[in-house]
Amino acid sequence: MSKSMKSALLLLGPLLAFLMLAYVFPFLGILRWSFTLPELGLGNYSDALTDPLVLSVFWRTLRVCVIVTVVSVASAYVITLLWVRGGPVQRLVMELCILIPFWISVLTRAFGWLALLSNRGLINTWLQGIGLTSDPLTMVRNEFGVVVGMAHFLIPFAVFPLASAMRNLDERVLLAARGMGAGRQRVFWTVFLPMTAPGILGAALIVFVFALGFFVTPAILGGGRSVMVAELVYLRIFQSPNWGLGAAISVILMIGVAFLMGALMKAVRPGEKS
Amino acid sequence: MLDSVSAGEIEAAGIGKNFGRFTALKNISLTVGRGEFLTLLGPSGSGKTTFLMILAGFEAPSAGRLSLNGVDMTETDAETRGFGMVFQGYALFPHMTVEQNIAFPLRVQKQSAQQIKARVAEMVEMVGLGGHGHKKPSALSGGQQQRVALARALAYEPPVLLLDEPFSALDRNLRGQMQDEMRRIHKDTGTTFVFVTHDQEEALALSTRIAIFNHGELQQIDTPREIYDRPSNRFVAEFLGDINILPVNPKLTDEQGALAEFEGRAIRAVSDQGGGSSVAVRPEHMILSADEMPQGNSIPAKITDIVYLGAETRLALKTPGGSDLTMSLPTHAVPATAAVGAPFWVNWAPEHGVFL
Repeated sequence: MSKSMKSALLLLGPLLAFLMLAYVFPFLGILRWSFTLPELGLGNYSDALTDPLVLSVFWRTLRVCVIVTVVSVASAYVITLLWVRGGPVQRLVMELCILIPFWISVLTRAFGWLALLSNRGLINTWLQGIGLTSDPLTMVRNEFGVVVGMAHFLIPFAVFPLASAMRNLDERVLLAARGMGAGRQRVFWTVFLPMTAPGILGAALIVFVFALGFFVTPAILGGGRSVMVAELVYLRIFQSPNWGLGAAISVILMIGVAFLMGALMKAVRPGEKS
Repeated sequence: MLDSVSAGEIEAAGIGKNFGRFTALKNISLTVGRGEFLTLLGPSGSGKTTFLMILAGFEAPSAGRLSLNGVDMTETDAETRGFGMVFQGYALFPHMTVEQNIAFPLRVQKQSAQQIKARVAEMVEMVGLGGHGHKKPSALSGGQQQRVALARALAYEPPVLLLDEPFSALDRNLRGQMQDEMRRIHKDTGTTFVFVTHDQEEALALSTRIAIFNHGELQQIDTPREIYDRPSNRFVAEFLGDINILPVNPKLTDEQGALAEFEGRAIRAVSDQGGGSSVAVRPEHMILSADEMPQGNSIPAKITDIVYLGAETRLALKTPGGSDLTMSLPTHAVPATAAVGAPFWVNWAPEHGVFL
């Protein structure tokens, strides 16, 4: 082992030890529960994959996460474009808009959205006040509220990979396209967007994986009606003590994420080389 | 082969450019003739690239007017000017194949698929990239990418092709090859080329005329030969090739040319203005002799160093007054008696000296 490897291991050691203690060992425990509680076998997995309730939660989680990913990455793309390619004042304003929500806790933000979106919240009061609607619009305790809250939380995570993709783009390539007579629209759709595609994939991966494990936001804004996987695991373990099933669902989620990461990494890598 | 009638003539009048308080260009006026190969040459920061960007329409001048074929284009944006441009680093579209890159400007012009296909094939052939059409730029070597950039910029027959240091990333051998190719393509297409470089050899080899820039000012614009032989000031003289600059006292001008005095000896040289404070002579225009020569300029000097460079040999000499001289001789013309410390006479014809 080379000297630099040794010192790298020495420096990484505490982190590795922490990860072993805090993640790997507990996860091995969960893996064991999924096969042994209440009895040894694959019963929990067959339950998880046949129980219509569990399946509907899986399906909803997938749907919500896809919508959240599309909404977050699309909004983040526009925001990043305004941030990276704007003048100094615009850049500062965008920076604050991106960073300030980033500093506020998930919980606070979820309750903030609740205050805005609930039936007697700010938006409904206002809409009814100016006579646009007579009955309140249902914007929380359903998937809409969950999507809004999650997207709001995840947008900054999509902004950073997109910003790095946009900053690394060679300005001269855009000039070249303009010089050949291409207008702004054409330069954007045929050059800028395809060249930042690896950044889009990276951002989508981060947002999607993050979204799969979301707990607090769906719990508050979904109000128990749009239960997602993380909340289901919580319910199985803490409320209807069925630790084995909860563990099996966790493991299935984990395997799904691992597959997805692998596939997307493969898709992104060749793009990074060029 | 393209039609040389489509080549454009550019006229720049009093172009200036300020970035905040920094003056990048001062009052540049020049004409680029139809089908000309004009090189903008200068050290980095001399304003040559800024001037090219103004020609392309990527930068707006702070002062002055630009016209193409007599029509004012100062306010015309880059998209509409439609000049071809080859960038430093090539600026190819990394997500498109060679063919797609070359087809891009043709697609912008909404040419038919058939026309595009034929034109792309023609361009790929012209730059010698047959068989590479379906590759992405990242799969090509630097020289090949360079050719793609050239083909892309020329595909839509632009009136003017602008090139920003296109060879700076290539190694020396490849540079030579690409220069030959560039000359051929210029001849074949007949398009007006404006080329930016800081490599003087490249400028001398390629250009029909060279414009020398320094500190944002145009120093001289002329044919390579004229600039080399008759530099109009000290900067140009020293920037392009090696040159001896002898401090002299200007005296007078008679019917045979201008006259000056160097270390007590009369020196003749050419001058439009009639004398200056120094005389410039190229190292290869000087010859060595054992005795003072009756004709031309002749000054005594001692050899201080001899550097053998193969085909040529460089000699360093010192005059009795302490001035350093450099000579460049074909190796076979170096006298057998040449040795460090040996006294000789250095001679040159009056027409090879220029007053600065």
